[in-house]
Amino acid sequence: MSGDRVGIIGIGQSAFRARRDDANYPELVREAVVMAMADAKMDFDAIEAVVYSLSPDAMVGIGNAERLGVDAVGGRMKPFLRINTGGATGISATAAAYYHVASGAFDVVLTAGADKVGECGDSQSVLNKIWDPSYERPLPLGTINMLAMSGVRYMQQYGMTEVDMARVTVKNRRHASLNHNAHLRKPVTIDEVLDSRIISWPIKLLDCCPQSTGGAALVLASEKYIRDNHLDAVWITGVAHTAETYWMGDRMGNNPTAEHSGAHALARSFERSYKMAGIKDPMKQVHVAELYAPFSNTEYHAIDSARLCGRNGESIQRLRDGEYELGGRIPVNPSGGTLCTNAIAVTAMARVAETALQVWGRAGAHQVEGARVGIASGNGGDHQIFGTMVIEA
Amino acid sequence: MELLGRQEVWSITYDHALGETASSFYTRIRDEAAIYGRRSAGSGKVMVPPRSFSDETLLPTEEWVKVGPGGKIEAFTMVYEAFKNLPPPPYAFGYVLLDGADTALGGYFKGVDLSDPAAAAEKLKIGTRVTTKFAEERKGEMLDFWFELA
Repeated sequence: MSGDRVGIIGIGQSAFRARRDDANYPELVREAVVMAMADAKMDFDAIEAVVYSLSPDAMVGIGNAERLGVDAVGGRMKPFLRINTGGATGISATAAAYYHVASGAFDVVLTAGADKVGECGDSQSVLNKIWDPSYERPLPLGTINMLAMSGVRYMQQYGMTEVDMARVTVKNRRHASLNHNAHLRKPVTIDEVLDSRIISWPIKLLDCCPQSTGGAALVLASEKYIRDNHLDAVWITGVAHTAETYWMGDRMGNNPTAEHSGAHALARSFERSYKMAGIKDPMKQVHVAELYAPFSNTEYHAIDSARLCGRNGESIQRLRDGEYELGGRIPVNPSGGTLCTNAIAVTAMARVAETALQVWGRAGAHQVEGARVGIASGNGGDHQIFGTMVIEA
Repeated sequence: MELLGRQEVWSITYDHALGETASSFYTRIRDEAAIYGRRSAGSGKVMVPPRSFSDETLLPTEEWVKVGPGGKIEAFTMVYEAFKNLPPPPYAFGYVLLDGADTALGGYFKGVDLSDPAAAAEKLKIGTRVTTKFAEERKGEMLDFWFELA
């Protein structure tokens, strides 16, 4: 065992809801930070640097809201930077905090943020603005219809049906019902999903994530600091990011580098983080996965990319067989995942936090029994920038 | 206790420069009612919409190539939900690989009955042949053209 690993020593997460009228934006950030500090049994003086997790400003309606975040994270007179990779922001901020420690520059680093998506009445108009103003902005592009088109291609290539999509929602809602921090916790049936109104075919209302409000925070520390201070930790053993082309139309047509039905760069990112962690056979070595999937159909290409099945598309049959349920072979999104809670700026941090809690054995009612090795992912922008981690007990 | 809120509306105006390549793409649409792509040096791929450089070869693109008007559907969706500042539903749009192009171009699908989603999805299924239609009066913008079933 090497002596220069990076550990997670404190975790804070809000109980995510549609709105939090009792807290303004920095108060929400502070809520998660205070929980993480208490979890790490540490006071603010011990934090040497802060990485701030904040996706598009327009979602919280505050330009450069990291300015308000400085006080909320106790960042006065400390090294402080903001990370934004869209939906991947929370795992990217955690990766940046990891590199702060792994570089040897700092021993204890905090990463934190919050989102109030429920306060934004126009989230798909905000997200339409992530498209290029030269060519694509005049089209009604948004994250829902972009991923509906991924789903259409996945259906054509691998035979996914609308019922298969509904199965993902049913599974994740059942998981979320066990997680007191999840936003949508009411179990649903396949028929309820199929009967919910169509948003952007084949995606229906119950195939969609909610607009959530809440914060998250993690404290990371060097192995030496953890040993010297006799702290409990779980370890980040694999970290990677991979980006692919902006152009959705280049992920189809003749001989595309990536393929819009899948998540090519996510697969590459998982390959990199598995290599770093020494994982050769994820189907045998991974015990739990928290994979960023904001719409039901996208969980399939996330599972494919994480190689929790054989070839691409095999995830469909394995999910039908219950392999990714709590109690199944490799539970995917035992927290309920992004499909049940999406506070965009910290959604991918929640994937890391939940994976850490699982391998720590602290996930409570949605604990995967015996989980020692877990993986987390985040997808950002127009399905374009992906972050992945391996976390081990 | 009584918890208060405050509503705000952001309305910000931008005047985006489109650059030489997109400007040429749109003036050709306006003046010739035709879609052009750019051929990538090295790979030979015809990129539509045209870009001044290839993200694969990282070289400048080297010539204009007329593509379409025929093509095949690569991706589609039908939107039935209203979103603020986006068009009233229902509408169908997606991506089409125009004849002679190597990458797909976004646009609306018009002339398809969207009242039965399953039937509409069958009509728009991937691989379906379409043709590009142009508005009689063109301003030099994306909405000057759309796709209809061939």
